[in-house]
Amino acid sequence: MRSDVLIIGAGGAGLVAAINAHENGAKVRVINKEYPTRSQTSMAQGGINAAFGNASEDNVEAHVQNTLKSAHGIANEEAVRHLCESAPDAVEWLDSIGVCFSRTKDAKIAQRTLGGASAPRACYAQDYTGLKILHTLYDRCNALGIEIVSERFLLNLVIQRPDKADAYIGGATFLNIRSGEVETYEAASVIVATGGYSRIYDKHSTNSTSSTGDGQAACIRAGARLSDMEFIQFHPTALKGSSILISESARGAGGYLLNSKGERFTNELAPRDEVARAINEEIQKGENVFLDIRHLGEEFIDRELPQERKLAKLYENIDPVYEIIPIKPVAHYTMGGIEVDENSRTKIKGLYAVGECANHRVHGANRLGGNSLLELVVFGKQAGANAAEYAKTFDKEIDTSKQSQSDKNFVVGVKHFTNQIDFYEKRTFIGNIFYNNAGISRDDMGLKAVLAAIRQIQREIPFMGPKDKTKTYNTNLVEFIEFGNMVELCEIVLVCAISRHESRGAHYRNDIPKQNDIAYKAHTITYKEDSVLCADFVE
Amino acid sequence: MKIKIARYVSEATTQEKNVEYEVDLNDITLLELLNEIKTKQDATLSYSSGCRSSICGSCSMRVNGREVLACAYKVQDGDFIEPMKNSYIIRDLVVDMDKAYEFNTKAKAWQKALVKDVSLSEQNQNINELQSDCILCGSCYSVCPVYAVNSEFLGPFALTRVWRYVSDKRESEPQSKIDIIQTNGVWDCTLCNECTLVCPQGISSKADIEKLRMRSVASGYSDPSFASSFGSFDGSPSF
Repeated sequence: MRSDVLIIGAGGAGLVAAINAHENGAKVRVINKEYPTRSQTSMAQGGINAAFGNASEDNVEAHVQNTLKSAHGIANEEAVRHLCESAPDAVEWLDSIGVCFSRTKDAKIAQRTLGGASAPRACYAQDYTGLKILHTLYDRCNALGIEIVSERFLLNLVIQRPDKADAYIGGATFLNIRSGEVETYEAASVIVATGGYSRIYDKHSTNSTSSTGDGQAACIRAGARLSDMEFIQFHPTALKGSSILISESARGAGGYLLNSKGERFTNELAPRDEVARAINEEIQKGENVFLDIRHLGEEFIDRELPQERKLAKLYENIDPVYEIIPIKPVAHYTMGGIEVDENSRTKIKGLYAVGECANHRVHGANRLGGNSLLELVVFGKQAGANAAEYAKTFDKEIDTSKQSQSDKNFVVGVKHFTNQIDFYEKRTFIGNIFYNNAGISRDDMGLKAVLAAIRQIQREIPFMGPKDKTKTYNTNLVEFIEFGNMVELCEIVLVCAISRHESRGAHYRNDIPKQNDIAYKAHTITYKEDSVLCADFVE
Repeated sequence: MKIKIARYVSEATTQEKNVEYEVDLNDITLLELLNEIKTKQDATLSYSSGCRSSICGSCSMRVNGREVLACAYKVQDGDFIEPMKNSYIIRDLVVDMDKAYEFNTKAKAWQKALVKDVSLSEQNQNINELQSDCILCGSCYSVCPVYAVNSEFLGPFALTRVWRYVSDKRESEPQSKIDIIQTNGVWDCTLCNECTLVCPQGISSKADIEKLRMRSVASGYSDPSFASSFGSFDGSPSF
């Protein structure tokens, strides 16, 4: 089953890449582990940045400067400029395919202010921005007849390693979740668009339970590199009990953060890392922290923040129109990911990555709200076009038999793991120790203790395994493989966080609170050599 | 609290058994309860979920015969949980949504061509703001009675999606969309309104179908069942 371009993941990045690869003449196949409208992209609420200046004066340079400032010195300025300069075209393209953006009184796309932005720059569709973009992209894929295969779980990338020549991609193997069989899909080029890894924090994350870093883990196993994996953004305002996201637009519109005494304690519109830390400090002092949007009024809340009201009622029994909302910061976005160059290429020929799973070096140490939806359109377009172009001249042999057999053996063998240790308990445990020791505030001792625990868990994995031995739709097996991917990434996050002896953006070391540009204004690169994890700093 | 779940074997869509579970938790969503069962009691229980915040559309299922999102429903003692109807049951609470999704393609629910520089007012936006809130959870598809008699009915969510594009000022050929939905489309709906009642997003596909019918009539189409039942009627008394 061969295509020119194989795209893994059907979120915003994957679908934009698919549309663009198709338009560049490639035969495209999209494969995803859920269905094409169920990805993390659907959860993006705040908006997509573009310096139109529809709501007040704005310009591209301000967008560039805001992004660079928030990135704390480790964004690539050229990449950021490309992102911001392409932003108006990207949003206009979304508008041209039918995305239902909110509009201003004078019939322009409405814009609002998110944290760290000097102007109202985020184009939005109520608090359904990601949902409406994602569904319109899906409709566009249908219009173009792009093949989308659902409920296939990525196992491994198929890498061809000829003698005396560079390694290149040949496809990927998947677990057909429905049938329980391993399937191999050949392709000249592969785009990984599988999303982030925030679920390593388990219940302390706003993310879908699917954000388990499958693509990053498969890439590092295949010989590609990951970078800046220690930079994980904590969203300041999630519901305290359930970690459900309350959009930044609530603060953008004038919401306050209050402690138990009813005092404001920080600038609500500072970048996310600063606000998350300020809240964390209050919580450490024993305070409860609340978001107060009562003064915005019922009409405004129902028009601009309808989801927030519904979710606060459901999960906290709180009506934000009349009551303050208990919140805490939780893991929200992973800035690090698969290392790519300015053309979205990885180290492996024909292998591309895009979206949250990739690191295009535009977010640096802290992403600005409204830049991730933008990133997936701008770089999705680029990755799709480049992968299609590469596939046109591809004329090499592909032999998938070795990888295919090895993964078939794994899927059979994993059911014989002994099950003396419950991996769900370990998943919860990892989430807790990560949140408390490798989260908003970190120190050397805590990080090393977590690393020791993770290495122990790695040794224990053969004593875990799926309890369910069924072939058909075995979600217990899928969750176990996801758990394995997360454990693999946990080690990498910790090694990077321990190595970075400074504080920068979302990586805050309370034992070394200063930024150190002389030693660490650099990217943390990780890779495996003979299955051993290696880490370097590279400028 | 005790709940009962309909468990299905995989190979056939025949029901295997109803299994009762007891969980010592209260005031939680159905999804939280299912997660509790899966991680603590019975790892073989299969269901789909994702965002936990009623936006990804993964965890639709039926409680006491009614479609809900498991993440948006506060579970009650004695509830009976079943998979959605009108789709092939893969296992337990998981159904195969491929056929349902396929109706988006059959209904050509997309904007015909890319357009630039069409200015949309707040009013233009309001026309399909609600319809574009659809999360494709399939609740309306499950509850729709038309599938009992016509498995090729385009169905509530796909027709709402057609209205979402037909009503959009950016659609350059709305008539071509109206032409497509004449067969297995707007006239097959019984207007029973069940789809409206189960939609977690407050969308009324029934109302959208009525609007599409009006557009159809305005462009010269008529209700084929109405036409055929009076097909031999030529105006003269037949006694």
